[in-house]
Amino acid sequence: MNEDQNKLTPEKNADLKPLLEVRNITKQFPGVLALDDVSLKFMPGEVHAVVGENGAGKSTLMKIMAGAYIADSGEMYLSGEKVSFSHPQEAQARGITIIYQEFNLLPERTVAHNIFLGREPSRFGVIDLRRMNRDAEEVLKEIGVEKMISPTSLASNLSVAEQQLVEIAKAISFKAKVLIMDEPTAALTYTEVKLLADLIGKLRDKGMAIIFISHRLVEVFDIAEKITVLKDGQLVNTVNAADVSPADLVFMMVGRTLDHYFPPLGNPEDFGDVVLKVRNASNHFLKDINFELRRGEVLGIAGLQGSGRTEMAQAIFGVVPFKIGSVELHGKTIIIKSPSHAIKNRLGFVTEDRKAEGIVPMQPIRDNMLLTVRSTQPVFGAIYQDGIKKSRNLVPTLGKQVDVRTDSYDREAQFLSGGNQQKVVLSKWLASDADVFIFDEPTRGIDVEAKASIHDMIRALTKHGIAVLMISSELPEIIGMSDRVLVMWDGHIVGELPAKSSEQEIMLMATGRKKDDAAQALPVAGMK
Amino acid sequence: MTASTANSPAGSAKFLRFVSEGIKRIPPVYPVFFIIFISLGFLSESYQTTPGIMTFLRRTSPLAILAIGEMMVLASGGFDLSIGSIVTMVVLGSSLILNNDPAMAPQAILVMLGLGLVIGLVNGLVVSYLKIPSFIATLGMMLLVKGGALYWVGGAPRGYLTDNWRAFGRGYFENVPLVGRFPYALLILLVIAVLSYFIFHRANFGKQVLAIGDNVRASQLSGVKVRLVRVMTFVISSLFAVIAGIMIGGFGGVNVTIGEGLEMQTIAACVVGGALMLGGKGSVPNVIFGAFTMEAVFSLLNLLGLPKPYKDAVQGLIIIGAVAYVAFSTRKKR
Amino acid sequence: MMNTTVSGNQFKNFWRSVRIPPVYIFLIAIFIFGGILDRVFSDGQVFTNRAIQLNILVRSVALGIVAVGQTLVIIGASIDLSVAYVISITAVMSSYIMQGEAANVPKAIVVVFAIGALIGLVNGLVITKLHVNSFIATLGTSLVVKGIINATFSNYTGSVPKSFQYFGYGTVGPIPVAIIVLLVIVIAGWLLLTRTKFGSHLYGVGGNVEVARLSGLRTDRVLIGAHILCSMSAVLTGLFLVSRLQSGAPWVGPDGLYDLESVATTVVGGTALAGGKGGVWGTLAGVLIFGVLDTVFNQLGVNPYLKTVLRGAIIVLAVASYTYRSKKEAA
Repeated sequence: MNEDQNKLTPEKNADLKPLLEVRNITKQFPGVLALDDVSLKFMPGEVHAVVGENGAGKSTLMKIMAGAYIADSGEMYLSGEKVSFSHPQEAQARGITIIYQEFNLLPERTVAHNIFLGREPSRFGVIDLRRMNRDAEEVLKEIGVEKMISPTSLASNLSVAEQQLVEIAKAISFKAKVLIMDEPTAALTYTEVKLLADLIGKLRDKGMAIIFISHRLVEVFDIAEKITVLKDGQLVNTVNAADVSPADLVFMMVGRTLDHYFPPLGNPEDFGDVVLKVRNASNHFLKDINFELRRGEVLGIAGLQGSGRTEMAQAIFGVVPFKIGSVELHGKTIIIKSPSHAIKNRLGFVTEDRKAEGIVPMQPIRDNMLLTVRSTQPVFGAIYQDGIKKSRNLVPTLGKQVDVRTDSYDREAQFLSGGNQQKVVLSKWLASDADVFIFDEPTRGIDVEAKASIHDMIRALTKHGIAVLMISSELPEIIGMSDRVLVMWDGHIVGELPAKSSEQEIMLMATGRKKDDAAQALPVAGMK
Repeated sequence: MTASTANSPAGSAKFLRFVSEGIKRIPPVYPVFFIIFISLGFLSESYQTTPGIMTFLRRTSPLAILAIGEMMVLASGGFDLSIGSIVTMVVLGSSLILNNDPAMAPQAILVMLGLGLVIGLVNGLVVSYLKIPSFIATLGMMLLVKGGALYWVGGAPRGYLTDNWRAFGRGYFENVPLVGRFPYALLILLVIAVLSYFIFHRANFGKQVLAIGDNVRASQLSGVKVRLVRVMTFVISSLFAVIAGIMIGGFGGVNVTIGEGLEMQTIAACVVGGALMLGGKGSVPNVIFGAFTMEAVFSLLNLLGLPKPYKDAVQGLIIIGAVAYVAFSTRKKR
Repeated sequence: MMNTTVSGNQFKNFWRSVRIPPVYIFLIAIFIFGGILDRVFSDGQVFTNRAIQLNILVRSVALGIVAVGQTLVIIGASIDLSVAYVISITAVMSSYIMQGEAANVPKAIVVVFAIGALIGLVNGLVITKLHVNSFIATLGTSLVVKGIINATFSNYTGSVPKSFQYFGYGTVGPIPVAIIVLLVIVIAGWLLLTRTKFGSHLYGVGGNVEVARLSGLRTDRVLIGAHILCSMSAVLTGLFLVSRLQSGAPWVGPDGLYDLESVATTVVGGTALAGGKGGVWGTLAGVLIFGVLDTVFNQLGVNPYLKTVLRGAIIVLAVASYTYRSKKEAA
């Protein structure tokens, strides 16, 4: 299948019919209008990036196009023909394939089994293993990775990037015309991103329409020809990548300049004593961690997914403790063995994954808020240990402090919006008396307004002498909030940057490159 | 609750809504129980009289006690399948220890509670530290306890339960005002219910059990001592099974199958009482009424002339039905 | 060895797909340890007497057949706790229908397999369509079956004809028919899992049901199929037992602990309770381990009640040897 001769360039697209078109798509979730009357066209032979803040509706739109969600209203046209999908398989059969952010491989199965799951070449139900492996090899060859990946190796033995390549191979094997990728680069290193970009280029040249979501504007400009910006479920604009600057794009995404978005940074004179000091600490994932954290300071932790950020937070908090090295807290050297031990030592940990690690969904908001308080008290002790009145007042006080929007604190936490759930999680830690807070992705997946109020709250904490360690994947957040930034890569801290460092500096460190490589820097998004 | 409704203009409408909301919040187990119990009353006159009702409550108390203990394990996301064997062990073992000597009763009770404590601890530790799903761990314990009890007594029941021992299950306080005779069993149930209500609904323990059953990871990261709390649930369940076993000994004779199938009956009672399989929801009063409902259903089937072995079949259908109903209604809510 | 790279690869692939699990080393160790115990405390026949060694295998047949079925559902991230009563209902129904007449054998076999398939279907439907947790669902159906059996039969019922006892006692040359049947079932299970679409889909459903669904599999059907096959394997075990016992009794299934032990042997054999991983060869080793232990206990003359205690403890410890390293909290 040599389609190179009808290679398509973006300029020619003007006269072409769109390969996939959505018109007036609207999708409502309980409490949120996820997509509001969105219309978009995707051309063959074009890489189209969809950007926007968390909660802008990007993923919802992708899932509707791939048949995983059904739109409340609106139409879809594939090569000019009206289509509607009720199941991902139907979309797949018509040549629309999606690669989700979470990995979709079966770890205990071979590459070939994964690629052809549900479509194994067979006769009377008996799989033709030889043919399946050969076909898999062919597909891998098609994307040029047959040397890296064998059809018979187990998926669990592959690296994250290799697994992603297998997913792309799987998509190719569907004879996909439209390939949708939800944050394909989130977990990749710099070289791997390059590999992926090359591959996307190849697929585009074959006439496919590639749609991808990314938070990294660097890559958006590097890979995409067209960029669509979504905000709060609405289409802001679709532009040619060549016609805009990164700053324009950020403005479109956020709807205002970033300067007003974050509270002012702390004043270095106000920072107090060192409250947390980690020296030469390591465990099986982390190598030689060294840093100090002062009262009143927000220390940002940047790094790619898998760089060890979360593992470091977990080690400090005693979830997976450090094996060697020392941790000094409030001037005492201690080994924190468990979360309950950490809480006793006045550490707080606002976790990344709200659903899996933050809320207890079926319990009332009240009990969610009191969870940390309870865990420091005797197991069989009465609920109202500090006197009924005082404890009864605690919940409404916390609720007001973090501004939870609910009609009753007896409502189950699962029925709150994401932003409100995050506020409940936050209030749980405010109740715990912690004076060192670790935030892991404090604003992931919540709306802009709630984000701003959480940023304000974090800054307010530092005003009370609390020290904050803040992990984030969103560079604007890191830059907007941090008084200092530590950058992690491959399980260790590669460097420290001062406040107001640029995205470029952070990104370069985070991809494991030395500072002197800066000359070959990519185009960079950001405010400066 | 924040219900400041009374003197607003639409107060009466709001009040009505408040009442109807309140009715909707009544757990289904209560209406179900009363409907079944009233039908029992129509079929047999003894269920209309105070002594008849007292007999019913006496008969049901052990199951209700088992259900409270099991509910705590269920609410934490686990299962305890060893309770039936514990009942068997208590009946067989205590008859051996008593050896027709009523004065041995206190020693026998202490030994049994001690054994219950050990069994509960082992269950809890095996689940928490060896990370065996409690379903398998307690099934293994069920074999172990039953085999151990039979080995202890030498394969067949030996000795008799003395009258003072049997009184726990079948005795009455006489001449109690209003009700006439008041069963010891019901008093034991009431004491345990109040105690359990306090630790489950009014102490940190219950809230932490529910939190663990709801989201272990989040609870652990909030400092809940997951393993300690989990072990406690198994210990409570085992101890309650010992108490129920002492009472059950009062009803029937000493035989090796006395506790058989009780674990399933108990789980059925919990499920009917709204306890959620795999954790997160549970209530002491509701599962007590779950136990009452199960017993009422069996009494009803008995009166209708269904052969006894079908009790198992009905139980199976009730368990599946109740769990499917919960699965269905939560899916609808989402 | 093979010369060309292609067949070399093929050989490697074949070897990999067989995947001899490490549990076989454990099996050999137990055999040697048991044999030594036997030699020290008893007559040492475990090592020397071929009849006893063969008996280990024959004892393993009943558990082995149903464990293969259990392996299928566990790979699908489900579980079947109703097998014990399926075994019971098979035993009583088949001997009741046969009534000692060879002519009734085909009819009996058809009926019991139909019953088994029906129970499996109900299990599968309750789990997939009513969304009832598989533990509860299969325990529920098991209670229903138990109630029906106990209401209908209370003791040994009917008998099997001499010809049917061939399954339990017959030999082909020196090898008992039962062992051949077990091997055939294990190989069939292995081929089903590794060579067919059904097997591949079952691993998919067990590994990650959402991935399987997004790959277009009809996940419900796959799981229902596995449950039907599991029940059918229990039926075959029931037929084997009734052919050995010559008459069916309602307690043969639960007394043999086939529900728990089939799960335990599967887990010991390296199939994860969480699903998506494992195979029947490991299960066979697990079954043989139990067979060896059983034989050694008999040789040593362990009290039958103590044997139950030991079994309970061994089941728990065996499962623990796989679970204790897991990072997740169990519940």
